[in-house]
Amino acid sequence: MSTAALLPLATTGNRWLTIALFVAVVALTLYITFWASRQSKTAADYYAGGRSFSGFQNGLAVSGDYMSAASFLGISGAIALYGYDGFLYSIGFLVAWLVALLLIAELLRNSGRYTMADQLAYRMRQTPVRTAAATSTIVVSIFYLLAQMVGAGSLVGLLLGVTSATLKNLVIVLVGVLMIIYVTFGGMKGTTWVQIVKAVMLMVGTLLITVLVLIKFGFNLSDLLGAAAERSGKGEAFLQPGLLYGKDLVGKVDFLSLGLALVLGTAGLPHILIRFYTTPTAKAARKSVLWAIGLIGSFYLMTLVLGFGAAALVDTGKGSQIMTSAGNAASPLLAQAVGGGEGTVGGSVLLAVISAVAFATILAVVAGLTLTSASSVAHDLYANVYKKGQASEQAELRVVRIAAFGIGAIAILLAIPAQRLNIAFLVALAFAVAASANLPALLYNLFWKRFNTTGAIFSIYGGLIMAVLLVTFSPVVSGTPMSLFPDADFAWFPLRNPGLISIPFGFLCGIIGTFLGKETHPAERFDELSVRALTGAGAEKAVVH
Amino acid sequence: MADRVTPMYGSGEADRLPAHDHEVYNAIAQESGFTELRRRYRSFAFPATIAFMAWYILYVVCNNWARDFMNTKVFGNINVALIFGLLQFVSTFVIAYLYARHANKSLDPLATQLREEFDRETGR
Repeated sequence: MSTAALLPLATTGNRWLTIALFVAVVALTLYITFWASRQSKTAADYYAGGRSFSGFQNGLAVSGDYMSAASFLGISGAIALYGYDGFLYSIGFLVAWLVALLLIAELLRNSGRYTMADQLAYRMRQTPVRTAAATSTIVVSIFYLLAQMVGAGSLVGLLLGVTSATLKNLVIVLVGVLMIIYVTFGGMKGTTWVQIVKAVMLMVGTLLITVLVLIKFGFNLSDLLGAAAERSGKGEAFLQPGLLYGKDLVGKVDFLSLGLALVLGTAGLPHILIRFYTTPTAKAARKSVLWAIGLIGSFYLMTLVLGFGAAALVDTGKGSQIMTSAGNAASPLLAQAVGGGEGTVGGSVLLAVISAVAFATILAVVAGLTLTSASSVAHDLYANVYKKGQASEQAELRVVRIAAFGIGAIAILLAIPAQRLNIAFLVALAFAVAASANLPALLYNLFWKRFNTTGAIFSIYGGLIMAVLLVTFSPVVSGTPMSLFPDADFAWFPLRNPGLISIPFGFLCGIIGTFLGKETHPAERFDELSVRALTGAGAEKAVVH
Repeated sequence: MADRVTPMYGSGEADRLPAHDHEVYNAIAQESGFTELRRRYRSFAFPATIAFMAWYILYVVCNNWARDFMNTKVFGNINVALIFGLLQFVSTFVIAYLYARHANKSLDPLATQLREEFDRETGR
C-alpha cells in the first residue's frame, strides 16, 4: 500500500454520512468489547474466547483476521491498475489455506493451549523454545501491525477526505487507542466478535458492488474483461501475465519467491494460528478452516470483478485518483460509480458504506495482531519463561493487558514517523518470516520424531534471521528510488522476496540443529504428542460458564 | 523450591502431566486403532499437499516462463491464464471438500473412540 500523498475521496456532500457510519462502526465495536469484557473471567476466556466459538463463527473470524484492508482495497486496486497480474496475490493467499487445513489447524488445536509456542513446548525444553517462538510471533505480528497502521493513516485520510499531516497522525492515534481498548477489555472473545461483524460487513459490501458491476455487463465476464482492457489503454496485455511481475529473469525468480512465501506463510502466521484455539474441538477447527476457504475464496473471486470493474468504469490513467492512491481508491470509487456516480445520492451512500467497511476492516485486523503479540508476551515470556509456570492466572491476565497497552503504544509511536516511508514490503516480509521460521518448526514438531529443542530454535532463529537479513540487503531497503532508503545503496541481494532462499534455509536449519542436539527426551514424547494431536485425547476443553 | 521446579520445567509441558497419563498415551500409541488412524490421516494429507503444491508451483512457473501458452485465447476475452488461475480456486475448493469428507467418514469415528478410551483410562 502506498503512503504517497492522496487526493481526498469524500466530497462535502457525503463526508458527514461517511463520518456518521464510521462513528456507528466504532460504537458497535465498543459495545461488543464491553459486553465481551463482562463475559470474560478466566485465562481461557481472555486468550481463547472460552473455546466456545462454533466452526462457522470462527470461520468468519478467521476470514476477518485474514482479509486486511490490503486485500480489500489493495488487491482490487492492483487488478484495476495491472489487470491479470493484480489477481496473482489472491491465488497464493487462498491456496495457502490448504496447508492450514491439511497439516496444521486440527493438530494445533488438539496439542496447544493459547499460543503458537504451546505446541512446541509440549515436548521441547520450554524456556528456549518459548523464547524463540515468542520472538518470532512478536516480530511477525509487529511487522504486519505497522504496515496496517501506516496504511490506516492514509486510507482513513483518503476515505474521510483528510489531507493534513496532523489529522492523519490523529487518525493513527485514534485507531491505535481503539485497538488497545478492544484487546485490553474484550480479549479474544471481544476481538473475535469484532472480526465476525467486520467479515459480515466486508462480504455483504463486496457482494453488493460485485452484483452491481455484473449487472452493468449483463453478467458476461468476457465483456467486462474486454471493457477493462480497452479502457486501461493497455489492450490485450491487460489480461495477460507480465504487467506487474516477471519483467526480466530477476523479476521472474522474484515472483516465484513471492509465490512460495504466500502459499507457505499463512499456516505460520501467529494471529491465524491462535484462532484455532477458540473452537471447542478439532473438528470445529477444521470446519472453521473450511468456512474460511469458502469465504476467502468467494471474496477473492469478487475482488476480481471489483478490480476489472474499476478498470472498466472509473478513470485509472495517469494523475487519476486510483493511480495516485496506488490502487487503494479503486473499490470506493467503483462503489460511487455503480451507485450512480459522483454527486448522486446512490453514489454517495455506496461510497460511504464501502469506506465504513474498509474502516471496520482496519480496526479488526490491528486488534487481532495486538492480541496475538500481547498473548505471547504474557503467556510465553512472562508466565512460562520468566515465572517458570508459577505465575497465578490473575498475574498473567494483568500482564497480558499491560502488554497489549505497551504494544499498542509502541505501534502508534512507530507508525507516525513510518508514514513517510514506503513500508508496504512489511506484509510480504511477515509472510516470509512465518514460512521460513514458524512453519518448519511446527511441521517438524508434528511429523518428525527425532526433532528436538536445538532443531526448533535453529529453525526459528535461522529462518527469521535469514529472511530479515536478505530483505535488509535487497532493493526493498536501498538502491532504488522506491526503496526505504533511496539515497543509500547496500543492496547485494537482488530479490525483493527472500522466501526462495530463507524457507529452505529454515527447514535446513531445523535438520542441522536436530542432529547437533543431544537430547533424547523430545523423541520419547513424540508418540504422546501424536496421540494427543490426532485424537484430541487430553486436549484443552471449552470453558463452561 | 525454584531449584526443584526448574529442571522439571526445562524439559517440556508434557512433564507436568500425571505419570499415568503418559502410560495411557503410550499404550494408545501402540494400538492398531491408532496406527490405522495415523495411516489414514497421512495417506490423505501428505499426497494431497504434494499435489496442490506442485499444481500451484506449475501455475506460478507458467506465469513466468510459458506466456505464449498462457496468452492463448479460449473464448471471448477469456485466456488460458485466467482459466488456470480460476482452476486454482476450483482445486482448492475440491481438495478442501474431499478432505472434509475423508475426515468425517474415516478419521473422526476412530479419533472419538480413542479419545473416549483415554478419558476412561485416566478417569476424566
